[in-house]
Amino acid sequence: MVKVKFFAALRERLQCAEMQIASQPDDSVAAVRARLIEQHPHWQRELLDNDVLCAKNFAFVGHQEPVRSGDELAFFPPVTGG
Amino acid sequence: MSQRIRVQTADFDVAAEYQRLAQTSSCGAVVTFSGLVRELVDAELEALTLEHYPGMTERVLEQLVEQACKRWQLGEVTLIHRVGQLALNEQIVFVGVAAAHRKAAFAAAMFIMDFLKTQAPFWKQEHSSTGSYWVAAKATDKQAAEAWQEN
Repeated sequence: MVKVKFFAALRERLQCAEMQIASQPDDSVAAVRARLIEQHPHWQRELLDNDVLCAKNFAFVGHQEPVRSGDELAFFPPVTGG
Repeated sequence: MSQRIRVQTADFDVAAEYQRLAQTSSCGAVVTFSGLVRELVDAELEALTLEHYPGMTERVLEQLVEQACKRWQLGEVTLIHRVGQLALNEQIVFVGVAAAHRKAAFAAAMFIMDFLKTQAPFWKQEHSSTGSYWVAAKATDKQAAEAWQEN
């Protein structure tokens, strides 16, 4: 399983803070995101937004990043701290 | 080089943080920056909520400080960022850098803030009389961080 977290405005719009999704062989961030959209078609616009950032195991990654069972993914909007 | 990085709900004491930085005998310069909750242009701010990604936030802040230490010779760095609900004028963030000379201290403090703004997973939500709104990322913050990559 892969743990998936959402933060801030994205968490509110998806009405989901955290979920688990089954991992697959040769999985990637893009593939996980596609399966999330398959399961929740109304998430498509939010998750495909070009501004949405992704982290794997607490580090920024691109969409081609490999994903394995036990990884933690997070999707979130551009950051606004400071 | 020693570093102190904190993500906390509690407030911080700038005078105490300065005192700690000023104790390094090899350092002749201390630069500190504090970021505060300010009023809105078009509505009355009632509160500000700061959300973050526990686990990733601390890692990113550590990496920012490490990068600053690679670029400049620094004696001590303190980086504190608050989370949770904050009121108008409350302190949000503190960056303090002690170095042998002022140029490194000024530059490192600005570098850390510029990258914190675009890399550290914090999000602000403003609560005002007209509702609650997530703050949008600024293009100028992105440009400020990118400018360091050119130099």
